[in-house]
Amino acid sequence: MEHNTKDTGSVSYLDKTANGRGILAWILSTDHKRIGLLYAMVMFSFFAVAVSIGFTMRLALIEPGHKILSARTYDALFTIHGVIMIFIFIIPSIPAFLGNFFLPILIGAKDVAFPRLNLLSWYIFVIGAVLAVVSLFTGGGPIDTGWTFYVPYSIQTGTNVTLAAFSVFLIGFSSMLTGINFITTIHRYRAPGMKWFRMPLFAWSLYATGWVQILATPVIAITLLLIIAGRMFGIYLFDPASGGDPLLYQHLFWMYSHPAVYIMILPAMGVVTEIIPTFSKKPIFGYTAIAMSSLAIAFFGSLVWGHHMFTSGMSQTAKWLFSLLTFIVAVPSGVKVFNWVASLYGGSIELEPPLLFTFAFIFLFSIGGFTGLIQGALAVDVQVHDTYFIVGHLHYVMFGGTAFALFAGIHYWFPKMFGKMYNKNVARLALLVMFIGFNTLYFPMFVLGWEGMPRRSYDYLPQFHTGQLISIVGSWILVPGLIIMFTNLIYALFKGEKTPANPWGGVTLEWKISSPPPRENFEEIPVITSRPYVFGAEAEHE
Amino acid sequence: MNDMAADVREQADTTGGKLGMWLFIFSEIMFFGMLFLLYAVYRTRHAAAFHAAAQNMDTAIGTLNTAILLTSSLFMALSVHATQEGRKRLTEIFLSITIVLGISFLVIKSFEWLAHFHHGLYPGSVVLSRLGKGEIMFFGLYYVMTGLHGVHVFIGVAVLTIMLVLIHTGKIDKTKFAALENAGLYWHLVDIIWIFLFPLFYLIK
Amino acid sequence: MTQETRQTAPADYGTYLIVWLVLMILLAATVVLAKIDPLHLAVVTSMSIAALKVLLVLLFFMHLKYEKGYYGLMVFIPLVILAIFISLTFSDTYLR
Repeated sequence: MEHNTKDTGSVSYLDKTANGRGILAWILSTDHKRIGLLYAMVMFSFFAVAVSIGFTMRLALIEPGHKILSARTYDALFTIHGVIMIFIFIIPSIPAFLGNFFLPILIGAKDVAFPRLNLLSWYIFVIGAVLAVVSLFTGGGPIDTGWTFYVPYSIQTGTNVTLAAFSVFLIGFSSMLTGINFITTIHRYRAPGMKWFRMPLFAWSLYATGWVQILATPVIAITLLLIIAGRMFGIYLFDPASGGDPLLYQHLFWMYSHPAVYIMILPAMGVVTEIIPTFSKKPIFGYTAIAMSSLAIAFFGSLVWGHHMFTSGMSQTAKWLFSLLTFIVAVPSGVKVFNWVASLYGGSIELEPPLLFTFAFIFLFSIGGFTGLIQGALAVDVQVHDTYFIVGHLHYVMFGGTAFALFAGIHYWFPKMFGKMYNKNVARLALLVMFIGFNTLYFPMFVLGWEGMPRRSYDYLPQFHTGQLISIVGSWILVPGLIIMFTNLIYALFKGEKTPANPWGGVTLEWKISSPPPRENFEEIPVITSRPYVFGAEAEHE
Repeated sequence: MNDMAADVREQADTTGGKLGMWLFIFSEIMFFGMLFLLYAVYRTRHAAAFHAAAQNMDTAIGTLNTAILLTSSLFMALSVHATQEGRKRLTEIFLSITIVLGISFLVIKSFEWLAHFHHGLYPGSVVLSRLGKGEIMFFGLYYVMTGLHGVHVFIGVAVLTIMLVLIHTGKIDKTKFAALENAGLYWHLVDIIWIFLFPLFYLIK
Repeated sequence: MTQETRQTAPADYGTYLIVWLVLMILLAATVVLAKIDPLHLAVVTSMSIAALKVLLVLLFFMHLKYEKGYYGLMVFIPLVILAIFISLTFSDTYLR
């Protein structure tokens, strides 16, 4: 287990004398590890903003009838919260940060296929994010369309939709370039002997994600351009008054935005698949099934967008077709959950923070997944559509799913990224607080939604008061949890204890190099002779 | 021996670059594919109106432009071929012809647009709004699709011009032609999109 | 890295010229057919000829004919996805 390769004489990617000092050494670096961290900085800054907005929105609903925020302000707040969380935080979160940092290392490469394109993607992402901020203060002010930019309102509103749509267009373009980069890297830069079925499963999930990024992102690009064309040139292709079909907008929008859900969740699944074998000291159960289920989720996940439109007035045929496909996509997701549990079974489990985060992920994601199925059933969806039920579901999937997996991944790879260890007990405490807060905040939303509380409303009837109150209290628990976690990590960044190269006893390639990783990752490109996740005596015989 | 190892690495990079370019082409296929989807939906819904609106299109100009783009694609392929054979002068001639043809396409296209504008057939115009619903959609699609295609041609011309400079300064030659090859792939893609646009707007009347 | 043989000059000038000639003939054919339209199938004939032209460009100008197998297969991925996207959308718009 002791792969102590601490002193290989190689220079760390963080080393100041070798890489140059100052901010330029970072923002002009083409090192995939530095670019990954650049993404993390932008992402988490925006995450903090969006969390504050979410917290404010909760707080504003503390009593019915008081209308603390005006309707217009509330509309703007949930739109900004959604746009930031979805496009600037969740979509790039795992692929652009952890993916960038670890994909090349996991497959034994020195960098991604196109390092300069990688840096360019970051710049496009940052420009997009900055423009999104600029759109709040210019033109007609903050957009109030919801993150979905639905027509006809997005064409008619006087708010600054044009610039906001363009900023999302840029962020999408950056995401697509990252996808191209990752797919090419996996095809061309695997270490010798690293056959397809010897790749760590995080790489497989990024491969599936990459295809979704390449094939689905252009759809949102053209959709947003059509909104811009409608607002700027009067070419409004969804205008029913001139023979257009507003539902086609929804088709196009969800044709990207549903697969985007899989851009968010597939890498998250990949991260926990890396964590589970390490802390149960057992090879992953059903390697091939997990790898293939990633591809299956990517494929079927692209064909279910219509379930966002069950109440929009689609044809009956389309409704049952999309409902059926929605149920099919649950199968590969289930395959993954069962394989994770089976991998834990009989393992020698170490309850370290990353694994605890993973448990939280599995629990929360399962609830999110199951409630998704409820909405996938045609008749039930009529009841819960556009209610808090949806809000609860999407937060369980995106926050409970993707973000918790991201936190799990950060806690797992933190010692590798920085060569330092955070305080494990504080991490456990943070998780506990967050877990309690999360469920207190979002679980009542299912009940509220079931009883008919509409989403995106700045006021509500008195009968929903109790549920709202519980939910608001939840936000008071969740946010401190987040603060504890980030404080712990940031403190460790500067004052953390030095840690050996392989503190968890992991066996994938990243644990065989020093921490923090050398600039070129590997002194010598490794030769792979076996499947990943081979532990103990078995490994010594390899 | 060392040279060969370097060569293998270089080769891998070339292949990787080409793969990346193809992936980009795939995303372009989806991008324009969505517009074709819109066209298909609206055409099935407003068949007669699309028929009537297409009467405003000049098949002769469309055919000429198609011929120009197809020919430019030929010269693009020829210039890549000439580079691979190490014939620099010939490459430059072929590539220049490609660029000139690309610019001619854009010039003809803009005169065509101007002619439409002259007839009052621009988005939001009085003439157009007096026509039926389907006609408005036809011209909306026409402007969006040919417009975005035009932007792609413009970018293509710019990229090819950069390639011409790189060839002239010897940055692209017999041994390193991946960039030119990829620029060529992009140019052919632009051609392919037009091959589909042409019948949709100029032929099906 | 897998070793590969660098393929220089997959086709020659003659091949390209012939492909171009065929493309021009197809262009003329599609214009003429659309004009006289003997079977009132302008949509079908025009789109089929367009597909044929695109196939020629892909195979010869874009060298798919000379690439290793998996490029050719990969091209089908976006095409299949696009076809499914279009059919699923039509399951709504056409049957509404």
